[in-house]
Amino acid sequence: MDFTSLTFTDVSKNFQRRRALNKVSLRCEAGEIVALLGPNGAGKSTLLSITATLLEPSSGEVRYGDRLARSSGPELRGRIGLLGHDLYLYPELTAEENLQFFGRVYRLPDLSNRIEAALARAQLTDRRGDLVSGFSRGMRQRLALERALLHQPRLALLDEPFTGLDDAATAALRRRLATLRETGTIVLLTTHDLETIDGLIDRAVLLHNGRLVAIESGEGSLRDRYRRLTAVGT
Amino acid sequence: MKKLFLVLLLADAAMLAYAPVLIVNAPYEATMGLVQKIFYFHVPSWMAMFTSAFVCGVASFFVLFTTRKTADRVGAAAAELVVVFGLIGLITGPLWARKAWGVWWQWDAKLTSALILWLIFVAYLLLRRYGGAGSEKLAAAVGLFGTANVPFVYWSVNVWRTMHPTTAVVPSLQPGMRGPFWFCALAFLGLYVVMLTLRVRLENRRAELETLYLAVED
Amino acid sequence: MTFLQTVWLVTRKDILIEARSREIFFTTLFFAVSCVLVFAFGFVREGKPVEDAAAGILWIAIAFSGTLALGRAFERERQSETLRALLIAPISRPALYVGKLVGVLMLLAVVELIVVPLVAVMFQAALFEHALLMLGLLVTGTIGFCAVGTLFAAMLVRARSRDVLLPVLLYPITIPVIIAGVRGTAALLQADVDLPMARAWLSMLVFFDVMFITLALWTFEPVMTE
Repeated sequence: MDFTSLTFTDVSKNFQRRRALNKVSLRCEAGEIVALLGPNGAGKSTLLSITATLLEPSSGEVRYGDRLARSSGPELRGRIGLLGHDLYLYPELTAEENLQFFGRVYRLPDLSNRIEAALARAQLTDRRGDLVSGFSRGMRQRLALERALLHQPRLALLDEPFTGLDDAATAALRRRLATLRETGTIVLLTTHDLETIDGLIDRAVLLHNGRLVAIESGEGSLRDRYRRLTAVGT
Repeated sequence: MKKLFLVLLLADAAMLAYAPVLIVNAPYEATMGLVQKIFYFHVPSWMAMFTSAFVCGVASFFVLFTTRKTADRVGAAAAELVVVFGLIGLITGPLWARKAWGVWWQWDAKLTSALILWLIFVAYLLLRRYGGAGSEKLAAAVGLFGTANVPFVYWSVNVWRTMHPTTAVVPSLQPGMRGPFWFCALAFLGLYVVMLTLRVRLENRRAELETLYLAVED
Repeated sequence: MTFLQTVWLVTRKDILIEARSREIFFTTLFFAVSCVLVFAFGFVREGKPVEDAAAGILWIAIAFSGTLALGRAFERERQSETLRALLIAPISRPALYVGKLVGVLMLLAVVELIVVPLVAVMFQAALFEHALLMLGLLVTGTIGFCAVGTLFAAMLVRARSRDVLLPVLLYPITIPVIIAGVRGTAALLQADVDLPMARAWLSMLVFFDVMFITLALWTFEPVMTE
């Protein structure tokens, strides 16, 4: 199944008396990079988990194209790529084995070529046989990103993809995200690094206390606009 | 619905108030003496406990396979009542055992399997209490597994015990005892239904309160 | 991909990791041996084990070390949240459950391969007299214990206090398995061997396995979505 849009309609999530998400509505189109900004505990990870079908909203719905997660099952999950904060890599396996395992789990055709390309993009071709436990945070981050995108998902959910990356790797990731846009992938990413994504993303939205506010494009840098919005105390 | 509950509440209160009179007037058992009277509350509390375990199992099923919110409340309430009625049984059982066998605890098949079942539902409550957010669903799996486990527990404990047979002491019911016994059983089941309803109602109120809190925040 | 292919993928990954670190194997084995020793002090009097001690000690060692192995096997999936990665992968979730179950079972099989002869030697227990029945009890008992344990350990990955909650939930529910294992083994070890009794326990274990594997396959999906 394929889909070219992602629609949130009044998505709320409560944990007992705490409201993590409050009637979030958002629509993303294919080829769009949307940044999810906001302070810690604003509900960004909750929203990503719900989008990845790992968490069910308390009310409201998420539609992938015109389908709901509940009725789509594994097929839909196979079209989503998730880079989590904890990277989802087995430290006891080598870089190549990690990619191999997940590639097989996703039933990818032409796996060895894909792995070659992924290792090259992660700049880990010469470290392919090394255990992930020996990798630095930046190397793990690069590998984890390639793992999440190995199956060319229609929807890429990236939680803090720039963490631990040096300048060269950051530039590479920016290029990678631009190619994702060209291939019509919907990208939803969270970050605190406003300078890095300024000019790259199509749209930014702010999550604050579980509510969603759009950051209008306009005067000034992204950081200025972000500051203005948070200062008002929405 | 509310009226029905009120009728049940009053009827059950009257029954429980009248039960001691019936028990006093029931025939005096020769070998066990006065302790035999425990029986009128002991067995009915087991009955309530097993009913509650079954209710919790069914509710857990609905928690896992449907999105009904009340199922979770019924399951939690039923599990708590398993523990409460089980506790009554587990306290009155040893009192009986002391008189009948001269020891406080006897590894009697019924007492042992009831203890195991009781432990399962204590575990259910522990998981809900200490498992953190989202543990309701996990507890439902325990409830479902616990209820499915009843026949296995019962069978295995029975066979285990009959390998070293003990003298059967549970007296067969004399005709004069039967009436008061079933009266008490009915009263306890009534009490169970009353408590379950109240407990579920309390949870419903609590959920309402939560939504009100959330609405105020909005 | 067929169900069995997925199962094998998950199991093979676990074997590969375990073969590399051997952490769960060594800790579980050592723990099982410690259990045997600790209980030996309670049940050996004047150099002679009390009646049925060997059967009891063997199954306690299996249950305790099994809990340890189950906890560790899922702690590994929690460390970098790889369980989440597997849950959003387009695989059937019951297959994931079976894959993890098979992995734990293989590990415990190796541990038992060492612990069972050890108990036989230390307590002069004729565990190999009726080897086939004994094997049947061990296999079905371990499967029953792990079938429930794998589901509970998997769901507790996202719970607080998971380390204490696993044994708290697991032991009451698997008491029938322990009783059947201990009594079945004891029936084979006692002076006048009671074969019908051992067979009766074996068949109860088979029923238990069928019942709880079915239930676990059925509940794994709803339990793993929050």
